[in-house]
Amino acid sequence: MTKTLVWVEHDNVSVKDATLSAVTAASKLGEVHLLVAGKGVDGAAAEAAKIAGVGKVHVADDAAFEHALAENVAPLIVELLGSHDAFIAPATTHGKNIAPRVAALLDVAQISDILSVESEDTFTRPIYAGNAIATVRSKDAKKVITVRGTAFEKAAREGGSGVVEAVASTGDKGISSFVGAEIAKLERPELTSAKVIVSGGRALKDAETFEATIFPLADKIGAAVGASRAAVDAGYAPNDYQVGQTGKIVAPEVYIAVGISGAIQHLAGMKDSKTIIAINKDEDAPIFQVADIGIVGDLFKIVPELTEKL
Amino acid sequence: MKILVPVKRVIDYNVKPRVKADGTGVDLANVKMSMNPFDEIAVEEAIRLKEKGAATEIVAVSIGVAKAQETLRTALAMGADRAILVQTDDEVEPLGVAKILAKIVEEEGPGLVILGKQAIDDDSNQTGQMLAALLGWPQGTFASKVEVSGDTVDVTREVDGGLETVKLNTPAIITTDLRLNEPRYASLPNIMKAKSKPLATKTPADYGVDIAPRLETLKVGEPPKRSAGIKVADVDELVAKLKALGVAA
Ligand SMILES: Cc1cc2nc3c(=O)[nH]c(=O)nc-3n(C[C@H](O)[C@H](O)[C@H](O)COP(=O)(O)OP(=O)(O)OC[C@H]3O[C@@H](n4cnc5c(N)ncnc54)[C@H](O)[C@@H]3O)c2cc1C
Ligand SMILES: Nc1ncnc2c1ncn2[C@@H]1O[C@H](COP(=O)(O)O)[C@@H](O)[C@H]1O
Repeated sequence: MTKTLVWVEHDNVSVKDATLSAVTAASKLGEVHLLVAGKGVDGAAAEAAKIAGVGKVHVADDAAFEHALAENVAPLIVELLGSHDAFIAPATTHGKNIAPRVAALLDVAQISDILSVESEDTFTRPIYAGNAIATVRSKDAKKVITVRGTAFEKAAREGGSGVVEAVASTGDKGISSFVGAEIAKLERPELTSAKVIVSGGRALKDAETFEATIFPLADKIGAAVGASRAAVDAGYAPNDYQVGQTGKIVAPEVYIAVGISGAIQHLAGMKDSKTIIAINKDEDAPIFQVADIGIVGDLFKIVPELTEKL
Repeated sequence: MKILVPVKRVIDYNVKPRVKADGTGVDLANVKMSMNPFDEIAVEEAIRLKEKGAATEIVAVSIGVAKAQETLRTALAMGADRAILVQTDDEVEPLGVAKILAKIVEEEGPGLVILGKQAIDDDSNQTGQMLAALLGWPQGTFASKVEVSGDTVDVTREVDGGLETVKLNTPAIITTDLRLNEPRYASLPNIMKAKSKPLATKTPADYGVDIAPRLETLKVGEPPKRSAGIKVADVDELVAKLKALGVAA
């Protein structure tokens, strides 16, 4: 039976939701082991051990892993892969940074962003911004995979009784170091796990208008806030708000696109949302081709009225 | 310092890809092809580093069909100094591309390799990280800012929560994100000049690496279709719909 090592995405204290979808994908292959790498990760390790269906939880607690630098973490994973058949990471920026480094060290072709596990060696994945779905079979003995979070149910956070086991550090390779981070403070639900998202596009004019228009609606309905690339590039919203082929992939219950035209790169990130609502003044905007509910008109009239009436 | 920039010829980002009826792939016949947008950003960054005096020579590399020459000429017209085409009609997976690039790096000895973070056809997001692994070099992926100083390079990265900066020893690998820069257009005189810049043609066999595919594509299909929905006439109707969906204060 396949034994898979799953990369746990965490902030030292708790496990991020992205991990839970990766666990579900791994469980379709067989036995699920986890890797919690970082510094001072007792909290995250304890949470990880409770995830339903989890076997061993390997914990690598060392300063070298504090910022998940791929140069330091990849050799650790390669070492653990000596006793595992597959490595699975969520397709987060950490996962996307680390997994290919692991794959190349193992001389394995990575399968990126899988949507489903068809069998132990066959998977589906989106290509061309999700305009096509490829079914691929891996001929490599070991598998290295990243998982699209929206495509798999989240494993339950409770119910498991994984065995925590410390693993020796493979050390600091000394070729890279962490300088600093500007992590936006989250005042709203996280985009990738939100049930409702309100996203704004280029039509929002500037950062002040974006805030004054989008935030009140989002806050009224407890939604996360997203943005198109055009809105991010123009500085209306921070980069981690970007939804799309090259931004975040989301699939909430309800996605409200405000003043977004619906370019294929944007659709790639949100077209699996359950219900899509579009507010746009151009009735021919491509976003209406995927929207379940559309309203044609000036967003500066519609959004405030909507916020008021909800 | 020399900079190597791998550029891939891909379907133009404005074209909507169509899946072939026989399920073998995406129809690329008579479709506009261009340089992968992230690779344009990589070329631009290399040129800016050269303009600042941090780099001396820019070598563009492409692995692909004979027509990838056009992509390399675009890089030359933007400002790269010379180009290498590793010509093959076979599709080369990121691992194979990384293996060929590793050999070229051995020959050329660049201080930086700047790649795109992702090719918009396969959407793999692998090659740069794989190349870094094969060379044992550090990697600054998804870069939105690059600052070279002495033997190190500071790379600001676009990460899930915001931005993060890492310091890498050179030589190093960088992969570009969208906001690193805005690529220039090649001017007509530079397009003319690019025609006489050196472009060497090689084959994968020249590098003696195993690039046989490890993944077999069994099928390429359409994603689930969304059917067009309804339009509502006013906000009251929209409010009713949203409430029915359970979205309300
Ligand atoms: C390699 C690459 C990757 C990319 N990745 C992404 C990505 O990840 N995510 C992404 O979003 N984009 C991405 N893009 C960019 C994408 O191609 C589009 O340029 C972008 O999505 C457009 O953003 P927009 O819809 O906000 O702006 P526009 O296309 O300018 O649309 C603005 C819309 O607002 C409407 N509007 C204007 N005023 C009003 C008003 N008062 N009331 C109501 N409606 C109004 C207009 O009718 C229009 O439809 C990428 C592009 C490339 C080349
Ligand atoms: N065939 C190729 N020729 C040149 N560069 C490539 C090729 N394939 C990938 N690359 C580079 O690797 C980056 C990431 O590609 P990928 O890993 O396929 O998403 C691209 O943006 C290019 O810089």
